[in-house]
Amino acid sequence: MNVLELSVVIFGVAAIAGFLGSLTGLGGGVVLTPALTLLFGVDIRYAIGASLVSVIATSSGAASAYVKEGYSNIRIGMFLEVATVFGAIAGAMLASKIPTSGLGVVLGVVLLISAYLSTRPHPDPSESDRGDPLAERLRLNSNYPTFRGWQHYRVERVKAGFSVMFGAGVLSGLLGIGSGAFKVIAMDRAMRIPFKVSTTTSNFMIGVTAAASAGVYLNRGYIDPALAMPVMLGVSAGALLGARQLAGAQTRILRVIFGIVVGVLALEMIWNGLTRRI
Amino acid sequence: MHWNDDRVDRMIGTVLRTGVLSAAAIVLLAGAGFLLHSGSSIPNYHSFRGEPAELRSIFGIIEGALHGRPLCIIQFGLLALIATPIIRVAFSVFAFAVQRDRMYAIITSVVFLVLLASLTGLVHPPH
Repeated sequence: MNVLELSVVIFGVAAIAGFLGSLTGLGGGVVLTPALTLLFGVDIRYAIGASLVSVIATSSGAASAYVKEGYSNIRIGMFLEVATVFGAIAGAMLASKIPTSGLGVVLGVVLLISAYLSTRPHPDPSESDRGDPLAERLRLNSNYPTFRGWQHYRVERVKAGFSVMFGAGVLSGLLGIGSGAFKVIAMDRAMRIPFKVSTTTSNFMIGVTAAASAGVYLNRGYIDPALAMPVMLGVSAGALLGARQLAGAQTRILRVIFGIVVGVLALEMIWNGLTRRI
Repeated sequence: MHWNDDRVDRMIGTVLRTGVLSAAAIVLLAGAGFLLHSGSSIPNYHSFRGEPAELRSIFGIIEGALHGRPLCIIQFGLLALIATPIIRVAFSVFAFAVQRDRMYAIITSVVFLVLLASLTGLVHPPH
């Protein structure tokens, strides 16, 4: 295949990944790196660079719609971004120290965990009035709109959430993914932030986290413009279409299909990594 | 002029939308130019070589883009995309400072400085 043909095919695959990623909430980035390495034989370092760039595009595009609705909490986001940006830089530095086969195995395992986490039910918003004194000092507690009007929430276990966020940042920088699933875990499980606030704030943060490691990747020469071009445009187009689709019965089937695709890609990444084929 | 959270949220939304749309437009146009010019060449993404210096550093990218090299213009579009969340954070620093929220102006400045250090190659020099 020449550059033109390959660009068109990669655009198509990236568009499907972006569409399913935005529809299922898993994000397109998680399947992009394995798809590029397994289907097209792209070196995993170029694949991570291209995936990272498209993560910024979809996160920023989606966040521009969410901020207006009053769900995302900028103070929570900014405070936790301190953890994710330092984590992202640590992850990006670590990426050059780990052999590509090792990166493949880690990516496969992270993919499986993300897919599993996305099927778990979310805990109900905390009814306890305790909250974390640290959250009070950092003014993280806020309100969000529900169908019964504005609802107040208190943030718990700030330190635990901050630590998980650092880990999410490391994974994002190491693998070029948004690691939204782990960000939501930190906020919704550890800190007991309402699910809707967690997901929108996470989306808001993903772009900033990815930008922190993208700088390192750019300077290191991992971002190839000819490859990143169809990936970034395809994922964005797909995500835009996915965001317009209404949730319904079809989403359930698509979630199952996407879950299977993620599982197969993950196992293949782990296998290829262990047998040193990538 | 009131700098309440609502107004700040709306402006941040505008910053993000403008950044992503202009970056996508630059990448699309330069990409089309690149494919017209060298679409029939054979790509090699299998083996990792690393990008040349002019596609790694901010100054190299801008210089190449000004010379009209398609790959540099694509890279410039990607640079604009990476810069979008950074500009968003810079905007938040400003907004918190205007609201006299010292604690969050400082927290947000830390995030901004880390992002800036990463992009300008202070963390990993581009050579």
